[in-house]
Amino acid sequence: MKFINYLESIAGVAIFPMISLFIFFTFFTLLILYVIKADKSHITELENMPLDKEGN
Amino acid sequence: MEVEKFSYDNKIVKQFTYATIIWGLIGMTVGLWVALQLVFPVLNLTNFTTFGRLRPLHTNAVIFAFVGNGIFMGVYYSLQRLCKARMFSDTLSKIHFWGWQLIIVAAALTLPFGITTGKEYAELEWPIDIAITLIWVVFGWNMFGTIIKRRERHLYVAIWFYIATFVTVAVLHIVNSFEIPVSFLKSYSWYAGVQDALVQWWYGHNAVAFFLTTPYLGLMYYFIPKAANRPVYSYRLSIVHFWALIFLYIWAGPHHLLYTALPDWAQSLGVVFSVMLIAPSWGGMINGLLTLRGAWDKVREDVVLKFLVVAITAYGMATFEGPMLSLKNVNAIAHFTDWIVAHVHVGALGWNGFLTFGIIYWLIPRMFKTELYSKKLANWHFWLGTLGILFYAIPMYWAGFMQSLMWKEFTEEGMLRYPNFLETVIQIKPMYAARSLGGVLYLGGFILMAYNIVKTVKMGAFVANEEAEAAPLPKKYSKHTGEHWHRWIERKPIQMLVVSLVVILVGGVIEMVPTFLVQSNVPTISSVKPYTPLELQGRDLYVKEGCYTCHSQMIRPFRSETARYGEYSKAGEFVYDHPFQWGSKRTGPDLHRVGGKYPDSWHYNHMLDPSSMSPGSIMPSYSWMLDDDIDTTSTPAKIRAMITLGVPYPKGYDKIANKDLMEQANKIAASLKKDGIETYPNKDIIAMIAYLQRIGTDIKGKK
Repeated sequence: MKFINYLESIAGVAIFPMISLFIFFTFFTLLILYVIKADKSHITELENMPLDKEGN
Repeated sequence: MEVEKFSYDNKIVKQFTYATIIWGLIGMTVGLWVALQLVFPVLNLTNFTTFGRLRPLHTNAVIFAFVGNGIFMGVYYSLQRLCKARMFSDTLSKIHFWGWQLIIVAAALTLPFGITTGKEYAELEWPIDIAITLIWVVFGWNMFGTIIKRRERHLYVAIWFYIATFVTVAVLHIVNSFEIPVSFLKSYSWYAGVQDALVQWWYGHNAVAFFLTTPYLGLMYYFIPKAANRPVYSYRLSIVHFWALIFLYIWAGPHHLLYTALPDWAQSLGVVFSVMLIAPSWGGMINGLLTLRGAWDKVREDVVLKFLVVAITAYGMATFEGPMLSLKNVNAIAHFTDWIVAHVHVGALGWNGFLTFGIIYWLIPRMFKTELYSKKLANWHFWLGTLGILFYAIPMYWAGFMQSLMWKEFTEEGMLRYPNFLETVIQIKPMYAARSLGGVLYLGGFILMAYNIVKTVKMGAFVANEEAEAAPLPKKYSKHTGEHWHRWIERKPIQMLVVSLVVILVGGVIEMVPTFLVQSNVPTISSVKPYTPLELQGRDLYVKEGCYTCHSQMIRPFRSETARYGEYSKAGEFVYDHPFQWGSKRTGPDLHRVGGKYPDSWHYNHMLDPSSMSPGSIMPSYSWMLDDDIDTTSTPAKIRAMITLGVPYPKGYDKIANKDLMEQANKIAASLKKDGIETYPNKDIIAMIAYLQRIGTDIKGKK
């Protein structure tokens, strides 16, 4: 069974995979950019969150 | 800024810890029991304790009772500290704790009685499903309440995993539990056949992903830095890890259905995403392991770290193996065999078990302000557990591989080398025995831990409310200059929830919607007819006894399978199967073409004493089916439910269904009589025979 059988009936279906691809490509690209560019002191602050108090 | 004084609630953490230990011991004891049943069938004892009824009890107990309580233990401890706030409401905590324990008790009181939906890892019947939903909402409410009143601006990555867990498990549970109640403790799945299978394994795989993995990754990101007293290796990696993992995981379900009647495109989608999953999984594993860089000397000393390291290693092995098993050529060998059993136990015993143990050894002395009673015992536990995993996994890999090869072996003349399925079972019985030894070792270690914890608790003084202080959050947030959009998500729990929800819904929707529209897309086969009332009753017995735990109803299109069982299974054959019963493990042979293969009397004798017809069989006796009466009072309601679900019985058929039922039953009784077996036509065995003789006979195969 081919995927296309199920989708042919939907009008303008080709746009949906393009939209999903665009959204996720953008999301993950921006995510990686953010992760690379993120401020080092901020990251250090975040990663020390579990540790920043004595006695816990 | 003024500092606020408050206290952390340790009591709820303690309660969940005790529940984790108690249910873990029970769940694993049942596991050992079912393992031994495969070696000594006599251990099936009564009709309440057959393999088919206990195996779901074992899986549910370990997943939802042991790991479930383990999740809550870790979340309730870490969330409060990461948010610098007490849990939102002590009352909600209490309701959550006791509600969850009651659900577990309800599971333990229904599964042995054969009250089950017949869908793996979702066996609990509809009233319990509703209770799970309510208690899960209480958990979410309490969690979000705590997050909202937090005194820490940013949400640490562990909390993101908790949020994704909450939202995804809610979606999975609700979608998969759509069922139509027939009576107080009986329901039919809303979906049928292929659709039911797709939804079930979308759920089943993501139960692994979002119940056994994401919450435990959250715990890993909190407790490993804690135990090693150093920050996580790369926080940047953890951000990518989180989003990539939840995005990819949700698509992977169909890899449980390779070579089945599921449409090809869905199978391929499942394979592609499963293979990609190795990237974030290993990213997370590496992040966990490298957190210990420069602290390996501590691992030698500290038993907590030992447990955590083995846990992460087991996670790495299981998540390497997973994508490999998703490749169609590997899956063709591994599926339906003990290889899969080995795979899940590396995950369950290694990853979940050892992470839980590590956390408990770390938590209890801290909450009781004392030292662990005996480090030596804990070390013993570690080694017994590690050996237990090896003794469990290696024989199962061996058994799975060997049995699969035996199934597929042909003689030079082109005949099956082992035409009798039972031969392949008898070959691997020694491996089943070795596996049980692994179980004994692992459970033995666990018992040592229970003793060690009891002693530690007796030595210490419990701090029910741990005093803490922190400055409240300023009402207004001043943005950093050049702040990135992702920080906006990091700060806000609701944004995190919504974005996670979108990310996990996309995969689910794209896979399932086409298969739903598909009602008509599963090619209909005109000769496939609804079950007769008697067959329907028989099918419900099949579900009740958990036959699917050992028998598949899915012949894959391989020569080795069509030669052994007959024509391969088609999607259109299952359109009236609420729920589907394809199964996932062949401890016994596939049954999809068993209809008409043997005379009625064979089934009668086989159910009474399987080894009389198949010497050496490890199947339990179902002698009570010969004595118990068919519950004909339920027939009309069952037929009505089926009509609601779209099964084309004629209008008003519910009123006359029992007449047809008795007519067919009399015929079977007469056929048994011809073979010298006297029985009343109203016995369960008659319905069972009717169903078995019907399976897979709608289309004419060559066998």
